[in-house]
Order: sequence, then C-alpha cells, then structure tokens
Amino acid sequence: MPPLAVRAWSATTALGRGVQAQHAALLVRRSGLRPNDFGPDNADGVPLPCWIGRVDGLEDAPLPEEFARWECRNNRLAWLALQQDGMLEAVRDAVDRLGAERVALVIGTSTSSIGASEEAYRDLQPDADGTPAFPPALARPIVHTVHSLGDFVQRVSGARGPCITVATACSSSAKVFAQAARLIEAGVVDAALVGGVDTLCGSVLYGFNSLQLVSAQPCRPFDADRDGLSLGEAGGFALLERVPADTRALRLLGYGESSDAHHMSSPHPQGLGALQAMNEALARAGIAPEDVDYLNLHGTSTPANDRIEAAAVASLFPARLHASSTKGWTGHTLGAAGIVEAVFCLIALQHGTLPGILNSATPDPACGPQIRFDNAQASIQVAMTNSFGFGGNNASLVFGVSA
Amino acid sequence: MSALVATIEGVGFWTTGLPGWDIARDFVRDGRLPEAPPARPSPQLLAPNERRRAPGTVAVALEVALAACEAAGRDPASLSSVFASTHGELAITDYMCATLADQPETISPTRFHNSVHNAGAGYWSIGTGATAATTAISAYQATFAHGLLEALVQLATGVPAVLLVAYDGASVGPLAKISPSAGLLGGALVLSRSERAGATRLSAALADGESPAAAGPLAARDPGNAMAPMLALFDALASGDQHATLSAGAGRILQLSLHEPSLQETGAQRRG
Repeated sequence: MPPLAVRAWSATTALGRGVQAQHAALLVRRSGLRPNDFGPDNADGVPLPCWIGRVDGLEDAPLPEEFARWECRNNRLAWLALQQDGMLEAVRDAVDRLGAERVALVIGTSTSSIGASEEAYRDLQPDADGTPAFPPALARPIVHTVHSLGDFVQRVSGARGPCITVATACSSSAKVFAQAARLIEAGVVDAALVGGVDTLCGSVLYGFNSLQLVSAQPCRPFDADRDGLSLGEAGGFALLERVPADTRALRLLGYGESSDAHHMSSPHPQGLGALQAMNEALARAGIAPEDVDYLNLHGTSTPANDRIEAAAVASLFPARLHASSTKGWTGHTLGAAGIVEAVFCLIALQHGTLPGILNSATPDPACGPQIRFDNAQASIQVAMTNSFGFGGNNASLVFGVSA
Repeated sequence: MSALVATIEGVGFWTTGLPGWDIARDFVRDGRLPEAPPARPSPQLLAPNERRRAPGTVAVALEVALAACEAAGRDPASLSSVFASTHGELAITDYMCATLADQPETISPTRFHNSVHNAGAGYWSIGTGATAATTAISAYQATFAHGLLEALVQLATGVPAVLLVAYDGASVGPLAKISPSAGLLGGALVLSRSERAGATRLSAALADGESPAAAGPLAARDPGNAMAPMLALFDALASGDQHATLSAGAGRILQLSLHEPSLQETGAQRRG
C-alpha cells in the first residue's frame, strides 16, 4: 500500500491526558491502575473487586452546551481526547485545506455509550401509558446506539466525508486505520481522522467477570501466574493523509486483518488468525519480520490469550525483537486499545522509548525471548501493534519513520 | 470522487413475511405473498441447538449471507466480508441493561459475548471457516450506504470479491421507544470486480443531497425496521430500475446506477 502520513496523534488514558502524559508514565513505569471504584455495585454493595484504568475528571467535564444532545461519559472522553495535542485543530485544518467532504471519520468502539443506556434502565419512569420509559434527560436516541461516537465526532469536526463507527470488539480502533487507508487509496477522500473511545460501564465489568477473565489484582501480562485482565477506558485519535513530499511525519506502512474462524470468545489455539494478520501487515508494508524493532502485543493477561500470542510471535520473529504488552499501564481499553497502542508505537518511533511490561515478575515458559519485562531505550525504524477481539477478529498495524 | 463499480453476483434477502429473494421479487412484480411464512430464519450454518438459541439478528445475517453466496456460486470461506447493522442485537442490549440494574453478577457469559456488534460476523466466520478479514460497522441511518461503500472500496483496493451483509432486528423493552425497530430484516450481496454475463453491474458515487423517501413495494411494506433504508436498492434490483439513492448522512447521498452489461461489453472486458 502507499504509506500514509500520521499528521497528528494523541491518546488519553488512566495515565493522563495527551501524548506527554503517556510518555512520562511509560518512562518511569508508573501504572494508571487503581482498585475499582466504578459501579454498579455487586450484591455485597461494593463495586466489583478488581483493578481498573479510570480516566480522572470525566465526571466534572460536561460537553459544551451546543453538544448537549450527545452528553454521556463516552462522548465526554471523546471530547477530552480531541482537546489534546491539537487533534481538533488538526482535523479542522484538514477540513479547511482539503474540503469538508474530502475528510473521512472512521472511529472504533466496543460498547460506545451503552453506559448511558444502563443509567436509563436504573432510573426508568412510568410513561403516559404506564409502561417503564427512559427518564427525560436520557431520552436522546443518539446516545443509545453504537454510532453515537462517530456521529458526535462528525458534529464537532465539521468533516462531511464518510463517517463510520467500526465495532469489532477489541480490534475496533486498529481496524479503523485499515478502513481509512482504503478510503484514501480508492480516492474517496484525501484524509481521515481515525481513533477510538471506550469507557468503563457495567456491561464490560460484569460481562468479562461472567467469563471469568477479570483478575482481582492488577493484570500481569505474560507472567507465569497471570490470572486475568484489568479493564480500562481510553480515547485517542490520529489524522492520516497521503504523504506530501516535504513531510517528515511518522507513517502508517501497513495493516493486516483476519478472522480466527474458531470461537466467539476464545482465541484459535495455534494462533492462526493472529499470524495471518501479522503476516498480511508485514507484506502490505513490504518488510520482513527481521525489520520490526518494537511490537506492542495484544497481551491482555488472560492465561490463554498470552500463551497463544507469545507462541505466534516466537514462530514469526527473531529473538532481537522487543515485544511487550502495555495493559499494565492502561488496563485493557477494549475498543480503544488499538489507537492507544498505536500511539505507544508512535512514541517508540519518535522518542525511542520501548515499554516493557508492568507488574510481571516470573516469565511464563511459553514466552519466547521477544517478550521483554524491562523497558529499553533505542532509536528504531519500525513499530507494530496487535489487536485481537471477540468473534476472532484480528488486526495488526505497522508504523515507521520517514526515510 | 470517480464512481466505484462492482458486479452483483448474488443476492440474499429475508424479512418477516418474505423469507427469500425469489419470494421478495415475486412480491415486487405481482404482489404475491407466501402462505404461512416462518417467523424467523433457520440458518443451516448453525448446529440445530445453536440455530434455536442464536439471536434473531445473527440468524437473519447468516441466512441472507449464505443465500447470497449460493446465488453467486462462491465458496463463503473465500470471501472477505462487511457486516452492517444500525443497532446490533437490541434484545441483548435490553437484557444487559435490565440485568445490570437489578442483579449485575448474574449476567450470562453467552449473552455477553453475543452482545458485541460483530457477533453476526463472528458466527459467520466460525460457521464457514472464512479466515479472511471481516468487519462490523454502524453509521446510524446511513449504515447501509457506508457498508456498501466499504465493500466497494475493498474491491477498488484489490479484493476480488466481497460479501456485504446488512440487518437489524426488533427492539424490545424500554429501549423500543428510543431505538424503534420492528421485525427482522436482512439483505446480502456478493460483489466482485470482474464482469459476469447476465449479472447486474452497480456503480456508486457520493454527492450532496437528501435521499428521497423510498417508495418501492419492499420499502412501503417494511418501513419500521432500522435497516429499511437498504430497501431502496433491493426494490430497484427486484423491479429492474436503473437508479437508487441511499442516505449517506450529514446531507450526503450515495447515488447508485444499475445496468445489465451487454454480451459484447462483457466479452470486451474479458478480452481486455
């Protein structure tokens, strides 16, 4: 594929707001995880006992009055994330330079604003006909559907190109890069804002708990004693454009997408889908596995996911590869994991900060030499990220510095 | 943008009362309705126990997807796919929200993993063994237009053939007043780059404008489902109309042209 310039990029997570906050926490190995203080409460009257990556301050950051129709936790985080690192100015500038209809919006999420629907169900009120109905303040249809996020970003950006919400669970905001790259390559648009936002809600906390995938401790990716994931929330964005001759911007070099064709919530035991996505991304970037310097793993810290991903990585890459999961910093941010970990790759390319793994001490014998617990500092050329989701949906992205 | 083009190799269709594309075409041409149609599809891809338990949206998505592949004579496992749904499975959203408000720890793990928007895509890839890329998207009222656009863009950037599946189900509970959607409706197209004798060629381009209210027989019969905007295209295909317009959101439309390539045209393309 023709490489694309990453003209602007940002992430907001439990580590803080914007790229600088992410980079500072990666450097000093400061985790954003905390004991769960997010409802709904369980039968014992307390939040589910686990650790979470919560973004501070959302409760006190309502949307501006003109966007009140979209008010909910998820769109608040989208708005907060767009305020960082000049993201909103960058997309509005692209609209001015290229024309509103030449800028696409491709945004990923897993649960979008279902937290607002949960809230409405906790506060149902009898309607005129006596049946339970949403309270008036939450009877806004656009916040109770998955495209709420894409619709909100369209409203605030002024772009009039294709506007799509991708919802493939935890691969969502990696796949947005692929769909945007196709829209640009096919000539439908000249630029695309990609990204993703997912916020904590009862559905994901109690849903993952029902699958026995949530750890009572901070997650420990690739540790021999790992026993589950920590959930988090995050938002992030990137602006993609064709590479102009004069730019030194970081680049999207390739993407790969695949299906496990195996099980709704368990990965393929031999990691076939993961390998297929990684191989396709490398082929599209026109590079060999030896060329990759840093790989951000999906690495959720569940026993099966990490074992299978480590084996796939060991079978494809040489020992020199530095591979790590950053879920110990942010928690698993679900539909936002792809964009957050893409931003970590861009930080690695720009600053040479290669994250290790937090909280993990005992390597699993399943881990190859690629899996690194310690941070490293090195000037690198190519970084890659993996995102795998329910339904066996896989995506890998390759980023590089300009030649 | 220049127009994006594709050959429509196969069509799948299912709606409450018109369970199949041939039946829907008969209805469009002479108003015929089948006697005692089934209340929900029975997709053969699923094992019998899963067939009964599967959410309605998954059942209709698999049914129309398989029918489109059979009509096209394509192996489902060979195709990449785009699954487009406005709301996903609203009955599961209602279940999740009601259970969380009452007894959060009793959430069913199966209902939770079926709550993801890509559940239909996941069951499709598992049932057919398709390891190619699949995606699941929504664009609210413009969902079908953007599903079609993504399928056409995949063809334009190198994929030889792609499966597009669009569907929505019925809303239930308090959510029904907020996200109204009635019945089960699904449509699927197998689209390819190359021309094929006798197969309709579709071209599509984005433009400014508002989509006119759909007036065809299928649209008039089934206006209450959230995926009803797709019926502008299926009405045109059934009646032989050469134009259809889909809302693409924010004052944009996707203008569609349909034509049957002549044999000489097809031959020329093949020689070229």
